[in-house]
Amino acid sequence: MARFPELHPPFDGPSALIEANRCLYCFDAPCTAACPTHIDVPRFIKKIAQGNLRGSALTILDANILGASCSRVCPVDVLCEGACVYHRYNQEPIEIGRLQRHAMDAFLADGAVLPRASATIKPGKVACIGAGPASLACAAELSKQGFAVTVFDRKPLPGGLNTYGVAEYKLRPGDSLREIEMIRSLGVEFRLGTEITSEALCKLEQEFEAIFLGVGLGAMHRLGVPDEDHPSVTNALDFIERYKTAGNLAVGSRVVVIGAGNTAIDAARAARRLGARSVQILYRRDQQHMAAFSFEYEQAIAEGVEFCWWTQPVAIQLSESGIRSITCVRMRNTTGNSLERLAGSEFDVHCDMIIPAIGQSPLLQFLESCRGVRVERGRVEIDRATGQTANPRYFAGGDCVNGGREVVDAVADGKRSALAISKKLEAAHG
Amino acid sequence: MAEGRTAADLSVLFAGKIYSPNPFWLASAPPTNCGEQVMRAFDAGWGGAVWKTLGDPIVNVSSRYSSVDWNGQRMMGLNNIELITDRPLETNLREIAEVKKRYPKHALIASLMVESKREAWHKIVQQSEDAGADGLELNFGCPHGMSERGMGSAVGQVPEYTEMITAWVKEKARTPVLVKLTPNITDIRTVARAAKRGGADGLSAINTINSITGIDLDTFVPRPNVDGKSSHGGYCGPAVKPIALNMVQQVQSDPEAALPLSGIGGISDWRDAVEFLLLGCSTIQVCTAVMHYGYRIINEMTDGLANWMAEKGFSKISDFESKSLRRVEEWKRLNLNYKIVARIHEEKCIGCQLCYTACWDGAHQCIHMDRVGQAVGTDGHRDGGHSTPAMRERESREVIAVTPIPKLDYGSSVNGSEPFPTPLARIPRVDESECVGCNLCYLVCPVPGCITMEQIDLGLPAQSWEERTATAPTPPITGRNCD
Repeated sequence: MARFPELHPPFDGPSALIEANRCLYCFDAPCTAACPTHIDVPRFIKKIAQGNLRGSALTILDANILGASCSRVCPVDVLCEGACVYHRYNQEPIEIGRLQRHAMDAFLADGAVLPRASATIKPGKVACIGAGPASLACAAELSKQGFAVTVFDRKPLPGGLNTYGVAEYKLRPGDSLREIEMIRSLGVEFRLGTEITSEALCKLEQEFEAIFLGVGLGAMHRLGVPDEDHPSVTNALDFIERYKTAGNLAVGSRVVVIGAGNTAIDAARAARRLGARSVQILYRRDQQHMAAFSFEYEQAIAEGVEFCWWTQPVAIQLSESGIRSITCVRMRNTTGNSLERLAGSEFDVHCDMIIPAIGQSPLLQFLESCRGVRVERGRVEIDRATGQTANPRYFAGGDCVNGGREVVDAVADGKRSALAISKKLEAAHG
Repeated sequence: MAEGRTAADLSVLFAGKIYSPNPFWLASAPPTNCGEQVMRAFDAGWGGAVWKTLGDPIVNVSSRYSSVDWNGQRMMGLNNIELITDRPLETNLREIAEVKKRYPKHALIASLMVESKREAWHKIVQQSEDAGADGLELNFGCPHGMSERGMGSAVGQVPEYTEMITAWVKEKARTPVLVKLTPNITDIRTVARAAKRGGADGLSAINTINSITGIDLDTFVPRPNVDGKSSHGGYCGPAVKPIALNMVQQVQSDPEAALPLSGIGGISDWRDAVEFLLLGCSTIQVCTAVMHYGYRIINEMTDGLANWMAEKGFSKISDFESKSLRRVEEWKRLNLNYKIVARIHEEKCIGCQLCYTACWDGAHQCIHMDRVGQAVGTDGHRDGGHSTPAMRERESREVIAVTPIPKLDYGSSVNGSEPFPTPLARIPRVDESECVGCNLCYLVCPVPGCITMEQIDLGLPAQSWEERTATAPTPPITGRNCD
């Protein structure tokens, strides 16, 4: 798949060593503090420098069981690498992400054998709903501590957005699945292709003492314009999932992506790489307001993606053969920072494919079936330190709690919940 | 010169007799194995060369070298178990004559090592001088192989042998005789004195240091591996420079030992060379740096030296030779009332906290992370309850960090009132009342000029330990003084 060269290619051994030796080995390092999972970055880098790749990988995994996928998908510019003290010393930050990948690749290539922390199965079964990063982290931690964990997901493959939703050039499905095999090897059970309905939840409550909700977000928001069910309108997550897993590489020659978040950029760049002649991102505000990280924006520009600010789609124009164009209006800020349409500003953007990427809506219906779990503005309410919801048997983490952050945030949430669940179960079973 | 500065004269006259266009000589070693090499070295700009040690040809083993890498840098130290020349004496002598004929203005020294017989020494001295050598260097230093045969350091470790053989050589020699000293001895001055008593005109120091550089952790064989076994070798390269400088200073500060000295030991650049010259060397010798990078490095050495001399206003080498020698004193004569403390320049601090952990674990616990949040005890002392490094780390790990996403982080903002580029909470603070002025923080700080050591005027006259104990009764030894 030459069209999807990796965003952060692996280091070769000598380069990794040179980069590792550049690390200052800061004390109480800012990179570690910036990492939501608090990976001990100087320590794992020092171990690379000392030729101890297994030790390095275990240092990473101890903090973050998805260290391999995080090394590829993390927005390191705003996390560990963004915090590197070298920024204040007129030097490039340490390439922490690539060093982490170096250690993790070696570990996975070596069979990914994790040490088992507990030999006996402790009483108290836990269910994790959703097989995305939050649940995986929660399940792995509990399993390491000796608890029996079962992970449920409606999709046939585990991994959630790691497998289905992250752009190919960041994380390939195979790499995500390989990492999950390692978690399975800890003893975690997966029940895939299983939709958790309200009735199923009642049964789970009887079988499991604690339930972790790592369900993520639901369907993508709709544009709210006529004809958006046309086959050439595909929301960003479906689009990415299709090209990543179903081998469906059909893409228009003039693609319009609506929205300016990181998923919009993933989709836009994928469309470019799949052969679209032009890809335009339409956003109703401007660059200052976009949700995408600035490095994502710059990389998209470099790949030839165009951005049209203050642009709101209002109608899709069809021809006999498909989509002809999308009609938009200009927007502007009013006092009070709300938006209004500029009267008489309608214009058409020619395109033959439209990819809406304006965010996901919460899984309100499902969350309402979780009795006693409080949901506020679409997000599950939890105690930040423990992940515990208003129903003490339920814990939650990841996108359904934080509204849609990064893989590493979900892992941190999952692990915090696991520690709290473990404490609760140990207390209950003395 | 373009600036109108007079070009520095780098030439030297070693021991009053050996002219060299600059003080940089190649040490007796593989880079001076044959005439073709030495001539290329002279073409590259080397001022002199000490020929690979002449003697009865030997047979070498393979492999011969091993090294110590450090933090990704190759060859911080180099070790060898190679012996003296393995070429016929006649070949070496013929090539010496050839080189001397074609390069009459360069210094060519013959390094010698033969069995400890007067006739043998007389003969090789005669042959070397007949070939045209400008001087002789007696190899009493080689610590491996030859020493097992009663030569090399086996001579240099016994002052009597050194004196005796030096005297034999002097009976015959017409050119200056240098004795090359081994560092593998308790006090290098004893042998230097012996050489001087024997009539040596000069010294070379130091030869290589006995070493085992490392062990292959897969095969358990130390390096260099010769068919599953190894042998101790001679260590050289940047790692040995401080040891060499100390020995050079010891010899040159001792009136009974001091002689014109050719400094050797880890000299890798012009700065190293200047340091040896400042401690009393007249020329310096280089090997490892050439083995690493080739003869071409001479350009950076002579150029750097000339530019430094011009900058300092020195027109010739003797203007600064030995200048630092009187700056080395016995400890008991150092001023106990000289006080410096560390000062952190906040605007340069990058927040790595290496000074903090170094001071807590390796020094005197007087650097603290308490500019924000933690109240400083009223007395400013650690008894006031400073948090330990472990406490600091634990606190950081307990903070819940999330990926900053502007859309989701509505309302929160970074504190924009930080006075320095690094957050104040990450800038360490020195408790000057506790600081002992040890330099450790300044040494570990990666940013030049970020930590400076500042003098504090105690308002006391200079007083050394010697003076203090001469005027006051000797304090009782409590066992607490020596920490």
